[in-house]
Amino acid sequence: MLTPVEMEAFKLSLLISLASVLCNLPIAIPIAWLIGRYRFAGRALLDACVHLPLVLPPVVTGYLLLMLLGIHGPIGRWLYTTLDIRLAFTTTGAIIATAVMSFPFMVRAIRLSVEGIPPGLDEAARTLGAGPLDRFFQVTLPLILPGILAGMITAFAAGLGEFGAVITFASNIPGQTQTLPLALYTALQSPNGDVAAMRIAGLSVALGFLGLLAGEWMARALRKYYGTAAC
Amino acid sequence: MDGTRVAQVLRHRGMLEIQLRHARDTFELNVSLRCPTPGVIALFGPSGAGKSTLAHIIAGLIPLQSGYIRLDGETLSDSALGIHIRPEQRGIGYVFQDARLFPHLSVSGNLRFASQRVGNRASYVAHDEVVSLLGLEALLGRRVHTLSGGERQRVALARALLLQPRMLILDEPLASIDTPRRAEVLPFLVRLRDRFSIPMLYVSHQYEEVLQLASYLAVIDQGSIRSAGQVSQLSQLHELQKYIGHEAVGAVLDAVVDAVDTSSNLASVTLGGQTLRFYLPNSNTGQRIRIHVLARDVMIATHAPTGLSVRNTIFCTLTQLYDEAPDSVIATLQFGKTVLLSRITRSAVNELQLKVGASVWALVKAASLRGNLL
Repeated sequence: MLTPVEMEAFKLSLLISLASVLCNLPIAIPIAWLIGRYRFAGRALLDACVHLPLVLPPVVTGYLLLMLLGIHGPIGRWLYTTLDIRLAFTTTGAIIATAVMSFPFMVRAIRLSVEGIPPGLDEAARTLGAGPLDRFFQVTLPLILPGILAGMITAFAAGLGEFGAVITFASNIPGQTQTLPLALYTALQSPNGDVAAMRIAGLSVALGFLGLLAGEWMARALRKYYGTAAC
Repeated sequence: MDGTRVAQVLRHRGMLEIQLRHARDTFELNVSLRCPTPGVIALFGPSGAGKSTLAHIIAGLIPLQSGYIRLDGETLSDSALGIHIRPEQRGIGYVFQDARLFPHLSVSGNLRFASQRVGNRASYVAHDEVVSLLGLEALLGRRVHTLSGGERQRVALARALLLQPRMLILDEPLASIDTPRRAEVLPFLVRLRDRFSIPMLYVSHQYEEVLQLASYLAVIDQGSIRSAGQVSQLSQLHELQKYIGHEAVGAVLDAVVDAVDTSSNLASVTLGGQTLRFYLPNSNTGQRIRIHVLARDVMIATHAPTGLSVRNTIFCTLTQLYDEAPDSVIATLQFGKTVLLSRITRSAVNELQLKVGASVWALVKAASLRGNLL
């Protein structure tokens, strides 16, 4: 079975990944909606910014975060001196690094479902007396729910595996920022860590499988609920 | 409200008044139209004429560039006064060509979406009544994607009505349904028209549908209204042929059944002091009906004919000869205030020496006439 340290890493992985997904949600939905729905100046730039963590080496993303949010960075120093909040090398920091890395996955999934909303439903809702907020919550949101759930699952799974950005920005502190991949890395560094590495790798594979199956099951349930035809 | 304003509103009660210019790319809409309400106003014209754009502007879905729209004395849009009532507050029910039901809601969820957003308009459409009128009882629990095209449009109609609308816009509601299945929807439209006395704008490029529903007809082409008036009056215009096609040319007569011969299923109406008999099963005395007398079904005789099987022999005056094609002529035949159109060959005109002002007999087979309940 898992050692206490590995158990800690397992729990921490779940916590950090889940928290990063929840942090991303309120930002990803409006941005995906904006990009998926409207054509505006700067749309391409916004889209590129969203996708940046996908193409940058994760270590670079972690380094940039350190530059911005570390206690010597412009935002990090202000947070530290005025609010006494330190992000680098903390669990919160690991959550932020994971969130930034999985953000593109979330936006992509939600945006796809925004683009898949049958055209004209918004107009129909308008003629039926629904104002802008009413339309967003009663028509748009329920229709992009499959995309939101799919995005959450993908982002959660990706978050479990995040390594480079976390180790750069939040370091590898057992019990605080040491997630499963970081624990696996530590095990590989130690002389007798082979068995531990195997255990952690096996656990990661199992988690990955579960995530994929859950996603597939959810997609199928939703397809059944909404039907395939656009109405 | 001061006295003149009250007088103004009263004068415009029962009117849809549109005066607008709207340009988009190379297309320009330039519409001036006043139609009586309530009743079905057909907005009829070829594809690309601007019908749907005009309907969208009336509903407020496309902002008005310049001009005004007034419904029963109330201004919906007026560019000069800076008035633009938002579509969500207009209370105009809109049935789109593609139904646009909400896929995440059931049929009854879609209906509830409308009835929860009525606002402060007076309620005149009851849920149960509209459900039974449109035959939706068995569909209420269904999910939208399991419905057929005709069922979808009926749900869309019910949804628009449950908004308790002050006007209904039907934007080619049958266009996305295959022809045999249109019969699943059209009778329901007739029922709605007869049950609820609200203004209905029926957008269509099918003359057939217009004849079954509308009392008022506005022909739109290339962005402007070409002619507008009562369907029966407009049917006499030669200009209409361009839009309805050769086969459909004929007079439209609106009348009231004054006798029924149940043994032969012949109903008769009196028009211009003369009797016209036609085939109409299950009719009753006193029913309002519409007869489309196709020009190709009307013959002309210069002498009172005898020994013919034809049931309708109407004495009338030839008031117009219109050259429809090099070899065919449309003759306008008037009796009292009623007019018939007859398509005859040019050689017939020459042989019979037909001239405007001549007294002739119009012959119409009762069997070739079909009445529609109106």
